[in-house]
Amino acid sequence: MSSASLASSAASDTPTYYDDLIKKFVIAAAFWGLAGFLAGDLIAWQLAFPVLNLDLEWTTFGRLRPLHTSAVIFAFGGNILIGSSLYVVQRTCRASLFGGAGLGNFIFWGYQLFIVLAATGYLLGITQGKEYAEPEWYVDLWLTVIWVLYLVQFGGTIVKRSEPHIYVANWFFLAFIITVAMLHLGNNATVPTLFFGGEFTKSYIVWAGVQDAMTQWWYGHNAVGFFLTAGFLGMMYYFVPKQAERPVYSYRLSVIHFWALTFLYIWAGPHHLHYTALPDWVQTLGMTFSVMLWMPSWGGMINGVMTLSGAWHKLRTDPVLRFMVASVGFYGMSTFEGPLMSVKAVNSLSHYTDWTVGHVHAGALGWNALISFGVMYFLVPVLWNRERLYSLRLVNTHFWVSTIGIVLYIASMWVSGIMQGLMWRTYDSLGFLQYSFIETVEAMHPYYIIRATGGLLFIIGAVIMIYNLWRTARGDIRDEAPIGLDTQSAAAE
Amino acid sequence: MQTLLERNVVLLSIVTLITAAIGGLVQLVPLYTMESTIEKVDGMRPYSPLELAGRNIYVREGCYLCHSQMIRPFRDEVERYGHYSLAAESMYDHPFQWGSKRTGPDLARVGGKYSNDWHVAHLINPREVVPESIMPGYPFLAGRELSTKTIAADMQTLRVVGTPYTDDQIKNAEADMLAQANPNADGAEDTEARYPKAVIGNFDGDVSVLTEMDALVAYLQMMGTLVDTTSYKTNSDGR
Repeated sequence: MSSASLASSAASDTPTYYDDLIKKFVIAAAFWGLAGFLAGDLIAWQLAFPVLNLDLEWTTFGRLRPLHTSAVIFAFGGNILIGSSLYVVQRTCRASLFGGAGLGNFIFWGYQLFIVLAATGYLLGITQGKEYAEPEWYVDLWLTVIWVLYLVQFGGTIVKRSEPHIYVANWFFLAFIITVAMLHLGNNATVPTLFFGGEFTKSYIVWAGVQDAMTQWWYGHNAVGFFLTAGFLGMMYYFVPKQAERPVYSYRLSVIHFWALTFLYIWAGPHHLHYTALPDWVQTLGMTFSVMLWMPSWGGMINGVMTLSGAWHKLRTDPVLRFMVASVGFYGMSTFEGPLMSVKAVNSLSHYTDWTVGHVHAGALGWNALISFGVMYFLVPVLWNRERLYSLRLVNTHFWVSTIGIVLYIASMWVSGIMQGLMWRTYDSLGFLQYSFIETVEAMHPYYIIRATGGLLFIIGAVIMIYNLWRTARGDIRDEAPIGLDTQSAAAE
Repeated sequence: MQTLLERNVVLLSIVTLITAAIGGLVQLVPLYTMESTIEKVDGMRPYSPLELAGRNIYVREGCYLCHSQMIRPFRDEVERYGHYSLAAESMYDHPFQWGSKRTGPDLARVGGKYSNDWHVAHLINPREVVPESIMPGYPFLAGRELSTKTIAADMQTLRVVGTPYTDDQIKNAEADMLAQANPNADGAEDTEARYPKAVIGNFDGDVSVLTEMDALVAYLQMMGTLVDTTSYKTNSDGR
């Protein structure tokens, strides 16, 4: 609504924005998001009821778990990131996309092909066996091609901008694209067995043992840092001010935020390897920088939340803004929890347990997914040129259903994780280990059911959103009472 | 400075890349150059062809998503699983399989703790031997013939990335693979000579066919058994 009408009415020299391309990314994000959530909830139920593994090779937890993580991170997250970054870069540069719709469409379909190649590979057992970097060498190479083209299109659009300055959101998108490229190339260095007449789909990673471990978590932690954080912060820096109709709280803070985050995040990887055979000095470095990372994280959160200065009342009437602000809140919470868990003493308890899983989902569901939902609610009326969303009341329902789902998820994993960690190290009065391993597995059962139920609520929320967006795209408008006006008018009296 | 970077996308990209690269370089490069990264121990050898095939199945099925292979130096872990893991013990692991989650127990030293029969029964239906287990069943492994054709290519590839397989080992890859799963085979002694401490046995109870089950059990039975940890001297700081 706002930006589209503003853009077209502003001046006659407004360039053509390639919005049909962005539509495709939004649709793909909704599709893969739902698929990824469903895969996630299925494996959550498998942990509660192992019979759901079906004893078939394509449906075991071990093969479906990479399907879930890749679908939500790279398919859902990737599509909304690329889509929103290409939307934002055009607006903030007042330039149409470099390479035009042709290049854009190639990137879009190429990226979907990457997802399909990776996902089908997982089900067939084709994997590198490295978390969040499971795709085999040929899929990695294809992604590299697409990623370079994406950098060309994004960077090229910035080059041809008609604004003197590069907007802060684009710094973050740029850091996301460049750093992910660096990590991807470093962590996926492999030699295919094909060269010696082996199978096409098999390769061996060039790094071994302790070095491979460090390389993996240098990659893995910064997939979080630059894919799931820097990229999504780019979204925050454009869409939160836009939806709140307020400027970013502090320019100076965003400069500090950007450089501190870019510099510090990379160092935090070794906290995934505390007390392992990784040399102690690396572990200590990793812990130290993880704790320092708390500062830029919260600086960014404050910058996002305080952008609402003078617009707090909008939270009452605008559930889309509520999604965005809640997501930044979850970002703050999980970036506080992260440094805490990276302290070696805490990590000795939390590592290997469900606490880590809960922490990841506080960030993934609370921060990444909620802000993505907010951005999709923002984008669909603009892209399809509709007056407003089909129903704000449904947005509100979605918000609460998913928030309750997230709370069930995180809380159950806190309890089960901490309990598990404590049970493993409990001794009886005679100095023997109190619990056998299987007793600790049994104790997790109720929490696994609660977690899976939380996940189910999250899926229901996503279905509500997809219905709402679909009706919006069709041009329907639900006849409903506005949100929050009753309380607002009551306050005014 | 910021004013300049904000107006020049190429410069901004370069400075961003440098800023983001520093931490990784500091943490990664010394791991390859410092000799103390991997302690010197006796007994480590590359995987035998059958163990390697088993390990590839372990990777393929995503076992690392629920089982760690990294025992931390804590009293409870050492009592539960055995001596804490040494860096040297994964020096031939491409990729490493330390894992990040223990939905099931650590497997770094599972070798020799259970019988072959137990492993086979457990892999076919975990709940038959451990009623409360939530592990998926892998009955299909028992019925699938193990491919022996590509193992030499796997070993040659591993040699490129630094695993010291000899020409002799590569030449005999297929024969060693078959011999390790058949105690009565002619070449069993040669296989043992090429791969000291290799567990030779009829893993899945059927000598007529070499299955994926044979390979996976052979891998499980050797895990953590190569290095004699009682002879490994710890430093004064306990590591």
